Amino acid sequence: MTARTMRQPLSLRLASGAFLGFWCLLAIFPIAWIAVMSIKSPVDAFAGNFGDVLFGPTTRGNGQGLSVLELLIGGAVVIALARWAFSGLPRHVRRLTPAGWIAIGWLVAGLGYLAVFGLVVFGILPPVLGALDAIAGPLGQPVIGATFEHYYAVWVENAFWRNFVNSLVVTAGVVTISLFVGTLAGYALARSPSNLAFWLLIAALIFRALPHSVLVAGYLPVFINSSDWLAPIFGDAAPTLYGQPYAVIAVLVAINQPFTIWMLRSFFQNIPTELDEAARVDGCTHFQAFRQVIMPVMWPGVITTGLFSFLLAYNDFLVTSLLLDAQNQTMVPAIASYFNRETTTTDQVEAIAAAVSITAPLFVLVMVFQRQIVSGLTAGAVKG
Amino acid sequence: MKPRVFAAFVAPSLLMMLIFIAAPLVSVFGQSFYVTQPVYETVEVESCTPGFPTANCVTETKSQPVRDEDGRIETRTLFVGLESYRNLLQFDRVGEYLSSGNWASILNVDFWAALRFTVMFTLITLPIVIVLGLAIALAVNNAVRSIRGPVIFMSLLPFIITPVIGALSIRWLFIGDGILTAALEEVLNRDIAMFAQGWTIELMMYFYRVWHVAPFAFVIFYAGLQTVNQDTLESAIVDGANRWQRLRFVVIPHLGPLITFVALIHLMDAYRVFEEIVGFSSQSHVISLQWLTYDFLQPDDAGNRAISRASASAMLTMVGIVILLIAPVRRAWREHKGER
Repeated sequence: MTARTMRQPLSLRLASGAFLGFWCLLAIFPIAWIAVMSIKSPVDAFAGNFGDVLFGPTTRGNGQGLSVLELLIGGAVVIALARWAFSGLPRHVRRLTPAGWIAIGWLVAGLGYLAVFGLVVFGILPPVLGALDAIAGPLGQPVIGATFEHYYAVWVENAFWRNFVNSLVVTAGVVTISLFVGTLAGYALARSPSNLAFWLLIAALIFRALPHSVLVAGYLPVFINSSDWLAPIFGDAAPTLYGQPYAVIAVLVAINQPFTIWMLRSFFQNIPTELDEAARVDGCTHFQAFRQVIMPVMWPGVITTGLFSFLLAYNDFLVTSLLLDAQNQTMVPAIASYFNRETTTTDQVEAIAAAVSITAPLFVLVMVFQRQIVSGLTAGAVKG
Repeated sequence: MKPRVFAAFVAPSLLMMLIFIAAPLVSVFGQSFYVTQPVYETVEVESCTPGFPTANCVTETKSQPVRDEDGRIETRTLFVGLESYRNLLQFDRVGEYLSSGNWASILNVDFWAALRFTVMFTLITLPIVIVLGLAIALAVNNAVRSIRGPVIFMSLLPFIITPVIGALSIRWLFIGDGILTAALEEVLNRDIAMFAQGWTIELMMYFYRVWHVAPFAFVIFYAGLQTVNQDTLESAIVDGANRWQRLRFVVIPHLGPLITFVALIHLMDAYRVFEEIVGFSSQSHVISLQWLTYDFLQPDDAGNRAISRASASAMLTMVGIVILLIAPVRRAWREHKGER
């Protein structure tokens, strides 16, 4: 009976499908659109009709464009590389890495893949395709305006790579420390029914709700004057914490801690307590049980929580923009300098290119870790 | 687990939260009663211009900051009590406006303008996010299995994107004669400047926030929909309930706790609205409470930061958080006692 009675009239199915299509368009349009804008000359990027922005006549007029040949071969190479990342790469990683080193294996594979991808797409393809264009006749004529000069300006001329390195340092620090500290606390909180544990969790909930500017108002005066009050301990070598990436890492870890322990706790709760009890019976201490029995089955939860810690650190604007000075700036606050400047449209398009550069790693992240992100979002909710 | 073991496990995390969250809170509370200012002294300066037969000399008194031996400006910290709060809230001006019946002018005071926007922003986006999230979840649940994965992938993008960048990407669609402004002009057949007045900027901010958060609500509700009791649904059909009634009386009550959860998270996050102000550069039209604190913390032209006023505005922001959290904390406590 189910199948029959549950079937929906065509009109409802159509409406629901149309709505879904509309939502998907809405979801990706702004992001896809800035990606298109970032490879056009300013005149085209801010043109008033869709066709001009998509095909970029002015950009093409400047002799910067992709020909049919380039679109076909370049597109095919990129798609092939992307597909290989999801089929061939995992197989090789599994085959080549010794047991127990899988995380390191993936790290090496990821970095190696990035290097190869960059080399092929930016190093080998352009000259080869350029040579092909010259002999291809009409197929070699540019049809779609596209230029990568804004990316070049951002990354090379404006030294955006420095901000990228700062972002890497900050996010890597935040993720490792928050996970290390958070797993210990999350485990204890998941296994303890005491009132103390309850109030710790509630305190964490309240801390999670705090606006970050409240906390930064507390850090700023202390950090700026830190060389004075640290002097009795460190003497003349007392550091000024303001502007230091490691101070920002500590701050972001702390801000992230409430969220991390809530999420890890709900993952730990899914692991049956019989497992710890068995380990305890075999003579493990609590810490040994945690380290050798629980953690090995906790990896999915740890990866998911790590992803969310990464997002917090990577996306942060408020803390990094107030606590870091210009030369240690991470990517997101650095972009503010583009649109606060008295801007020409070229600056605007460079800002767009920078924005797309910041978004690209997140795009890859969703592609690779979609399942973990969804499970992380629902982990806290389903428990209530 | 013994208390001592529990303490050992929790200690690192607790220590971090104490040093970097609890301690700053206390110090912000303290700072809000003190003002640190440069020390000024009045000095007599004699300036002479060459003249004949004698130089023209003028003596004037000037006030200038005192410098210590290293040439740094000396500062002193004064207890000012509630002065910073008074500066923020400006009750005398508010009282004046109220008595003269000039209600709208209250929004000329930064704090009240920020409060107005923050509260309105939170309350307007909340129902839209929940309804849109639920609608997407129902539509995805309705769709063929094979397209669910891609739809979830695309939906996650607005959620995962850096908030400042997300706001900027919407801004670039509308700025100047941007693509969507041009389209709107075509449809409405009139000249539109989206960034010239406050309310259009606010509309874009609501739009951005809904776009950014609806995926979160969608994923939560979608997970909830997978656990709806099929037997209850079938008996509802046998009882002759139509589609709408089944949704209203079976599905939505089942999702009840999840709706509360999404609402709570959204209230906490929307109350902290900040990135939109940066992304849309709206500070001359629209500001939020968190942005107000941020602005005080930014060095002004002379390089001074208004720490005291920032602390006062931070404490006032906290009041809202406390009000927001009373109900859920009490509920959690009751449940916790019930569990034991």
